[in-house]
Amino acid sequence: MSSPPPSVVIVDDHELFRAGVRAELEDLVEIRAEASSVEDAVAAILREKPDVVLLDVHMPGGGGVEVIRQVAPTRPAQRFLALSVSDAAEDVIAVIRAGARGYVTKSIAGDELAVAVRRIRDGDAVFSPRLAGFVLDAFHGEIPESEIDPELDQLTPREREVLRLIARGYLYKEIAQQLDISPKTVEAHVGAVLRKLQLSSRHELSRWAVERRLVD
Amino acid sequence: MNATVGSPALRRDTERGLVAGVLAGFAARFGIDPVILRVGYVIVVVATGGVALLAYPVAWAAMPTSGGSPAPLSRVGGLPSIGGSWRIAVGVGLLTLSALLAFRELGIWWSDALVWPLVLAAFGAAVLWGRSRGGNGRPEPTAPAWRGAPGGSPPFESAGGDHETAAPARPSFADLYRGVFGILLVVGAALLFLTSNDILGGLRDAALTAVVVVVAIALILAPFLWRLGRNLALERAERIRSQERAELAAHLHDSVLQTLTLMQKRAADPREVAALARRQERELRDWLAGDGRRTAEPSFAAALRSAAEQVEDDHRVAIDVVVVGDRELDAHTDAVLGAAREAMLNAAKHAAAPGPIRVYAEADEDTIETFVRDHGPGFDPAQVGDDRHGVRDSIVARMNRAGGRATIRAAPEGGTEVGLAIGNDGAPRESGSA
Repeated sequence: MSSPPPSVVIVDDHELFRAGVRAELEDLVEIRAEASSVEDAVAAILREKPDVVLLDVHMPGGGGVEVIRQVAPTRPAQRFLALSVSDAAEDVIAVIRAGARGYVTKSIAGDELAVAVRRIRDGDAVFSPRLAGFVLDAFHGEIPESEIDPELDQLTPREREVLRLIARGYLYKEIAQQLDISPKTVEAHVGAVLRKLQLSSRHELSRWAVERRLVD
Repeated sequence: MNATVGSPALRRDTERGLVAGVLAGFAARFGIDPVILRVGYVIVVVATGGVALLAYPVAWAAMPTSGGSPAPLSRVGGLPSIGGSWRIAVGVGLLTLSALLAFRELGIWWSDALVWPLVLAAFGAAVLWGRSRGGNGRPEPTAPAWRGAPGGSPPFESAGGDHETAAPARPSFADLYRGVFGILLVVGAALLFLTSNDILGGLRDAALTAVVVVVAIALILAPFLWRLGRNLALERAERIRSQERAELAAHLHDSVLQTLTLMQKRAADPREVAALARRQERELRDWLAGDGRRTAEPSFAAALRSAAEQVEDDHRVAIDVVVVGDRELDAHTDAVLGAAREAMLNAAKHAAAPGPIRVYAEADEDTIETFVRDHGPGFDPAQVGDDRHGVRDSIVARMNRAGGRATIRAAPEGGTEVGLAIGNDGAPRESGSA
C-alpha cells in the first residue's frame, strides 16, 4: 500500500449508497467526483480522468453498460469496477463483456473494496466469488469440437483451479499459497479468464440473458 | 339560394345555429326567423329529391362565421385550423362524389341513381364518426375572450368546436343534434337508393332491401359500438393495473414495512438487524424473481440454498452460496446436504463473524464437491472435544458411510474450511485441499 491512493469517480444513482461508499473509502482512495446519471458520469469521467470508475450496473438510461460504451471512444483504457446489488448473471456478464475489469456485490466491506480498486488500477481483474461461479458455469458445458476456439472458448485446468478457489472465498495470496505459485501468476490467470469472458463467442455467454435467470 | 352564396354580409351564425349555423346566418341576413327557414329548407330538400341538401355543405364551406373566423374555403391552406368533424364529413362526402364521378368517366358505371345516396351516406357516416371521436371527453379550451370581441382574431377553432364550447349545456344538445342529423342522412340515403331503384314496390328484391337496411344500420351503429368496446377495454386495463398496485402494496406492507419496523426496534443489536435485513432481502429477491426457483422441482442446488437459508435464520449469520452445475436428489446428495448443513451450523456457532460464511458447490452427474468456509479462529479436528461431536459424527462419518470423504482444515489466512467430496464410483475426483 505504498503507492499513491488511486483516484476514483463514483457512479451510482442512489445517493445513500454513494454516501456510504464515500465514508468507507475516504481515507483509502482519492474520490474525485460523483455522478448519478449516465450523462453526468460520462462528463465527470472525461473531465477527471480517474484511475478507476466505481460503476453501478443498474441505472436509468442504459445503466453501467451505457456509461462504458460512451466513454470508450475517448478513453478506451479507462478502468471500470462494476458494483451491483443484483447478482443476476445476465447483468454481470453484460457489464463485464462491455469492458468492466471486475465485478463485486455492493455488500462488500470497505477495506476489501479499497483493495479491489487498487487491483483494478494496477490493471488486474477482480472477480467476486459469485462471478467466478458464473464463469465456471458458463464454461462448464461441452461444445462441439468444430466450434471451439481453444484460445477463447475453454478454460485451462489451472484457470479452473483459480476460479474454483475464488468461488470458495480465497484471497489471491491464499490462492497463491494453495497452488504454490506466485500472486502475480494468480493475477495473470484471472486476467486471462477476463479476456476469454470478454471475447469468447460461446453462446452460453452471448445468450446468457435469455437462457439463465439466476437471481440470488 | 345558391345565388347568394359568398355575399360579403353573409356570415354563419355559430351562436344560434343548430348544425353549422348556415341557415341561421341566412335568417339573420334576411331578417327571417331561422325556424321558418329550416322548415322551408327541409321541404325544398324533399322536393328536389335531396339535391338541395348538397347546397348546405357548399354554403358552409364558403361562409365565414359571425365570430370573425374566416370561411373554411379561404383557409384551406392552414392545416392546423382544419379539424372539425363537420369539415371532415364534408370532405368525405365530396371525396365520395369525386370518386363516383371518376368512375363514371372511366365507364365503370351502373346507375346515376347511385350518386346521391352514396354521397349522403358517406357524409352522414363521417358526421357520426367525427362525433364519436370528439365525444371522448377531451375538453376543448373555451375562449370567452375572443367570443366577447367580434372583431378579435379567434384561435384555431373549428366549426364543430364552436358548437361544443358555446356553453356548458350546448355541447350535449349540439352533439345529439349532429348525431340525429348523421343518422337521418344515412337513412335518407338508403331510402333514396331504394326508391330510385323501384325496390320498395316489389317483394322480389326483399333480400336486397334487407341488405341495404342492414348496411345502413351498421353504418349508424359502428361508431357507437366501437366507442363502447374501446371504453370497456380501457376500463378493464385500468382495473387490472389497480389490482396489481393493490397486490404490490399489500406485499410491501406485509413484508418490508414489518421488517423495517422490527429493525428500528432492535437497532441496538447490530447482528439481529443484519440478520433481519438479510432475510428480508432474500424474500424480496425471491418475490421479484417470481416463484420460479421456489416451485422448481427439488434439486441439489435448491436444497443446498434452502439449507443455508435455514441456518442463516436460526443463527443470525450471513451465508453466501455459489453453486456450479446441478443434479437431482439421491443418496449421494442427501449425504452431502446433511454434512454441508452440519458444517454450516458449526461455522455459524463457532466462527466470530467478520465476513460471511462461504459455501461453494460443484455438481454434475458423477461427482459433487462442496466447500464450507468461515473466517473463525479455526480448530484442530484432532482435538475436538466431546461437546463437539457434530464435526466427527455428522460430517466425517456421514460422508464416509456414503462412500465419500470429508476434510477439515485451516484455511491459509485463518478460518476453517470443510471440504466434502463424493463420486458415483466412490472416489472423489479432486481432494478437498488439492
